[in-house]
Amino acid sequence: MRFVRQALAIAAKDLRAEMRTKEAWNASLAFALVILLLFSFAFEPTAEQTREIAGGLLWLVFAFAGALILNRSFARELPNDCLDALVASPVAPAALYLGKALASFLLLTAVELVALPVFGVFYNVRWTAQFWPLMLVLVLGTWALTVIGTIFSALTVNLRLRELMLPTLVYPLLVPGLMAAMQLMTPLVVGQPLGPELYDWLKLLAGFDIIFTALSLALVETVLVG
Amino acid sequence: MTALSCEGVWKFFGDFPALRQVSFELPPGACLALLGRNGAGKTTLLRILAGLSRPARGRVRILGTDARHETTRRRIGVLGHGIGLYDELSAFENLRLFASLYGAVDPAGTALAWLQRTGLEAVKDGLAREFSRGMRQRLALARVFLHEPSVLLLDEPFTALDDRAIAILQALLAEARTRGATIVLSTHQLREALELATHALLLVRGRTAYFGERTPEMAADPAWLYRHYGES
Amino acid sequence: MREKILVGLAGLAGLLLVRNLYVMLLELPDEAAQGAIYRIIFFHVPAAWTAFVCFFVALVASVLYLLRKNLRYDAVAVSATEVGLAFGAVNLVTGMIWARIIWGIWWTWDARLTSMLVCWLLYAGYLMLRRAVEDPTLRARFAAVFSIFAFVDVPIVWFSIKWWRTQHPGPVVWGGGSMDPAMYQMLFLNWVPVLLLGAVLTLLRMRLEETQRAVEALRQFR
Repeated sequence: MRFVRQALAIAAKDLRAEMRTKEAWNASLAFALVILLLFSFAFEPTAEQTREIAGGLLWLVFAFAGALILNRSFARELPNDCLDALVASPVAPAALYLGKALASFLLLTAVELVALPVFGVFYNVRWTAQFWPLMLVLVLGTWALTVIGTIFSALTVNLRLRELMLPTLVYPLLVPGLMAAMQLMTPLVVGQPLGPELYDWLKLLAGFDIIFTALSLALVETVLVG
Repeated sequence: MTALSCEGVWKFFGDFPALRQVSFELPPGACLALLGRNGAGKTTLLRILAGLSRPARGRVRILGTDARHETTRRRIGVLGHGIGLYDELSAFENLRLFASLYGAVDPAGTALAWLQRTGLEAVKDGLAREFSRGMRQRLALARVFLHEPSVLLLDEPFTALDDRAIAILQALLAEARTRGATIVLSTHQLREALELATHALLLVRGRTAYFGERTPEMAADPAWLYRHYGES
Repeated sequence: MREKILVGLAGLAGLLLVRNLYVMLLELPDEAAQGAIYRIIFFHVPAAWTAFVCFFVALVASVLYLLRKNLRYDAVAVSATEVGLAFGAVNLVTGMIWARIIWGIWWTWDARLTSMLVCWLLYAGYLMLRRAVEDPTLRARFAAVFSIFAFVDVPIVWFSIKWWRTQHPGPVVWGGGSMDPAMYQMLFLNWVPVLLLGAVLTLLRMRLEETQRAVEALRQFR
């Protein structure tokens, strides 16, 4: 119970600070919209073409936009040595990690929920037709991004070239999760239901989330205190 | 009965030993002046005591348990080089956050009480970013003391403070000592520290050059310790 | 002592390699469908196995480092990872040469080739991470954490990419592949010297790493 309260306090703190500056939010959203626009030059955005690459395109946008949010996650703790104050406090490192992951997850989901309708308009797809399955995939995929991104945000926060290190380390690790999310998203976002042949991908994505959430929770104290 | 103890603590950065075989024990209510030149290992030792880093070898015990134990951390107050406050949160929000993290029953009430004590209640909704240096320091002191810690770990507490903050710190330290709190403070301000201290620990290149009770000659002549035990 | 072990292992690897090359080139016939080029498999496949043995050794060393905090384990981890990357590169390059001759293309998004590439990029990240951390103790800790994440990811990468597509000639071992017993035997026989070579390189790299750390420590004393 105390664990949950601490995690929520951390998440609320991160979101409140973010709402004051909107640094990560503005950068991430602007970046997502620009990439969506740029992609339309890379290929002919006809219905046919879009149908084939929609999932991949969207998750690339989300992954790029996510890196900006996740970079800020622990970087926020650097001024005034706030991270030391938190680690020295009675907060369990796992609660600290989950709180920060939750805040980044909500921020990224919000960016995605703005990007999706824009995508629908630009590329003329009926993305709302499979709304709830789509949301499920969105949540699972975004959690995969944030769960790995947050632990590596903690790991890279004091490094040289932090902004570059995070995506370099995180994207290869994310390959299976992103691949599953792309496979699942492709039919859903153009309004087609999930075929049974895709259930394995859904399981893979959920498994990916569970495995890396558990691993991150197990190793976060080592990363923060050592 | 010991409040805080180090037994043969080593810390390495690579193969470089930053702390070598540091051992000492403090009874409850003691106040330790942690002395040494820059790079002697004062901050490294304080970070280990605060649970921010683990010793490579040796053992640290605070109030009978490991420094990383949750119940122990609940009773420690740490002031490092940074103030440990969020620039984008208001003074009240900062203190309420830490009060709730330290398990206060009424975080908002605790935050308000401490804003009053540090003379910041008039600006409680101002963002920490907009505060003057002195106000930020007072807010940092409120963060460190708001859970009434039994062990205080202060790294160079007097160095950056203005007069008003020093007065508040001295009042808070005096109050903590009447409560029986154990204090460790590292400092360059020898006179202030040695007046306050009951014990002194001098680190030279990561080694304990001197540990013992503070004697009257130390208080009378702050350079005494360095002359007798420091490097020539 | 360590010197002698190194020379002994290297000598053994060399002898076995010469013997295997002799059998490969002069005794084994060309493969019916592929001709002479099939022999690349005797290095292609053992290189991949050796790479994964190296990554596994790096995982074990990383876990041991986190448990014991002895920098010797960190030296094992970084050495094994670098050697694993070298063998991974051998696997990728030999695979590409083979693909160019048999399939007529340098690269194909075949499942195994792609998986190896992803794993290679993962572990290349390990080396990049190390470069970005200056304090050796912190570097060892962060690298160990990353190594654990990478190794947990490896099987997931292989599964997912296998589902994604497959164009590879049926896996030679534990699969539907059919191969002449003599050739099949050679695959394992040649793994021995390749693995020995991997061990020798890892030990050499370890020595370098420990010397480097000693130099860094001396520099700190000024």
